[in-house]
Amino acid sequence: MELTKEIIKQQLTDKFGDQLFDWQEPYGMLTFSAIKELNLKIMQFLFDKEDLQFRFLTDLTGIHYPDNKGAELGVVYHLHNLEKNIRIRFKVFMDINNPEVFSATALYQGANWMERETFDFYGIRFVGHPNLIRILNVDEMDYFPMRKEFPLEDQSRIDKDDEMFGRG
Amino acid sequence: MSRPVQYNNTVKFQGIPEGYMGEGFMATNLEKVVSLARKNSIWPLPFATSCCGIEFMATMASHYDLARFGSERVSFSPRQCDLLMVMGTIAKKMAPILKQVYLQMAEPRWVLAMGACASSGGIFDTYSVLQGIDQIIPVDVYVPGCPPRPEAVLDGFIKIQDLVNSEGLRRRHSDQYKELLKSYDIQ
Amino acid sequence: MSEHIILPEGSIEKQTTTLNLGPTHPATHGVFQNILEMDGERIIKSTSTVGYIHRAFEKIAERRPLYQITTLTDRLNYCSSPINNMGWHITCEKLLGVSLPKRVDYLRIIIMELARISDHLICNSIVGVDTGAYSGFLYLMQFRELIYEIYEEVCGSRLTTNMGRIGGFERNFTNAAFEKLEKFLKEYPKQLKEFENLFSRNRIFMDRTIGCGPISAERAINYGFTGPNLRAAGVDYDVRIHAPYSSYEDFDFTVPIGKTGDCYDRYLVRNEEMWQSLNIINQAYKKVQEFKGADAEVFHADVPNYYLPEKEDVYTKMEALIYHFKIVMGEVVMPAGEVYASVEGANGELGFYLVSDGGRTPYRLHFRRPCFIYYQAYPELIQGGMLSDAVITMSSLNLIAGEMDG
Repeated sequence: MELTKEIIKQQLTDKFGDQLFDWQEPYGMLTFSAIKELNLKIMQFLFDKEDLQFRFLTDLTGIHYPDNKGAELGVVYHLHNLEKNIRIRFKVFMDINNPEVFSATALYQGANWMERETFDFYGIRFVGHPNLIRILNVDEMDYFPMRKEFPLEDQSRIDKDDEMFGRG
Repeated sequence: MSRPVQYNNTVKFQGIPEGYMGEGFMATNLEKVVSLARKNSIWPLPFATSCCGIEFMATMASHYDLARFGSERVSFSPRQCDLLMVMGTIAKKMAPILKQVYLQMAEPRWVLAMGACASSGGIFDTYSVLQGIDQIIPVDVYVPGCPPRPEAVLDGFIKIQDLVNSEGLRRRHSDQYKELLKSYDIQ
Repeated sequence: MSEHIILPEGSIEKQTTTLNLGPTHPATHGVFQNILEMDGERIIKSTSTVGYIHRAFEKIAERRPLYQITTLTDRLNYCSSPINNMGWHITCEKLLGVSLPKRVDYLRIIIMELARISDHLICNSIVGVDTGAYSGFLYLMQFRELIYEIYEEVCGSRLTTNMGRIGGFERNFTNAAFEKLEKFLKEYPKQLKEFENLFSRNRIFMDRTIGCGPISAERAINYGFTGPNLRAAGVDYDVRIHAPYSSYEDFDFTVPIGKTGDCYDRYLVRNEEMWQSLNIINQAYKKVQEFKGADAEVFHADVPNYYLPEKEDVYTKMEALIYHFKIVMGEVVMPAGEVYASVEGANGELGFYLVSDGGRTPYRLHFRRPCFIYYQAYPELIQGGMLSDAVITMSSLNLIAGEMDG
């Protein structure tokens, strides 16, 4: 049976009601947001349900909106149903002072390193992850570089000639 | 019927040092002979991290053959190599490893920084990339390019050969060299 | 694999050694570290460390306008950089809502399939080198030189190509480019056949690679494998078929599938993909030659905001001057929104997740890098195998460090 975006949206709202919000379809991909406690339950539902079967985790990444007080950090999941060829995106947001969500490693083995990368860049802690340590940056780093308040360049350089960079 | 003997008269003998030649012997400067031997048999260690490593593979392959300059055998062990060719971006996570590889090399040793990232950080002016390997080890030749063409790599290699040729036997024991190493915190 | 003596736990004779398959590799795979715990020659457990070439692409991309990010995407999977470039341009075109003329699509397909051949060439010949056969590598690198010459005719650079612009190409393909393409199409099939003869039914190669690092289809999907590694495990997922981009639906090609997902299957899948890529290039080249007259001069779509106008127009017309100024000074704003687009890279599904807030640079750009995702399975693939099998598994997975760390 054809799996359309309306069917997915219907099934999700039947199960979770108005805990899912902000339904959009930017550039053809169904997108919604959810409260952060539900992320694993939603993924489990999408994984197990007979006619939904979203068994492939395409991508898991983080995002930082410093202006949304109370919901600064977000995790974005891209899921894919390989057989019916349909993709879906959902996001959960959390407060920057308490950035904890449930880990998806129980469902998808591929989420392991993707969650470590998100932790490395944004500081989001994934509860239930087997080994949540930094993966790409040096272990001694004490800040989370992709957050918007941190600069790109290495601030400890003394050899840059400001004249040449238009800052002199 | 065998072919008639042909003599190749156009061969140029490269770099035979001047000296006194006689029947079956030649007397010359030890330094010149040692330099000649060293420069034509450099064993490089390809420390390839990223894109420049693929251009190095193209340089080693048959089209732009590096082996004709004497590096038929690339050694991957620092204890046995002469030239450390650093190819590709060195991140700050990789820098201690590069330093350790350099320390394990035996004298005389030379370093060639291939590519923009190894020379100065390249296009990556970020918190995680070391801005040039000369922050941690002394470099002899820089080959710019992103990635440099194989001809450029060969040019850099020939410059290393020129350096090897003109170095002399006592440079590694000189005070100036010791000062250089001390400025990099290398014993 | 069955005559291995199992020593009882806690016995004096049972000790494991820790071996560091460290970041400096003999064989230019890239920099990643594996710490192996071994019992004699067998691997009990392993942990991988990556990040030795982390260059912070995603943070750099938040500073650059869209057309300057192409140079970053080059350096992701640098063995096949045109595919990354075209994938990024396809993402931007999706964001901007640009549709391309067919000729541009077909030219892009020619370049992307050449890049795919170039990447699979390296992977298969390096698998050969790691099993001990160096000559296959030397034979095939000659053809990478031919492919590099074609890239040079189109964009000027060999390896990190920065090829094309948002909306098409920067210049039309010259006759020299098409001649070099014809030369490649004539000479390469013979050499590929010879390479196949050397390896595919070679008893030593088969003994080394069959059964080495297998993975089942369910585990592969769970890990997020894509590309030839997933197809060797038996799952027919190819982005070119599932979500065709750049007019792939106009072409007739098959996607090879393996069975057990071991190194031999991966080698065979990549080999067959090279033949299929040649097939696609031949079809695309014929289609390109069918464009005549004015159609044959089309090499880009009309994207005034991002594609530099012709120099004659800049000097004579006002709008062209303004567009030129805005593009060069980086003052073009992009529409707000978020888009995810993916292409079939040589290693799998290379995805770009672009979030824009209507500014000049992306708000967030995330690269879905296939190597990073499937390298997680490496400890599971080599467990219980021998050390030399671990090396071959690593090279047959086609791990590119630039893509892994990004």
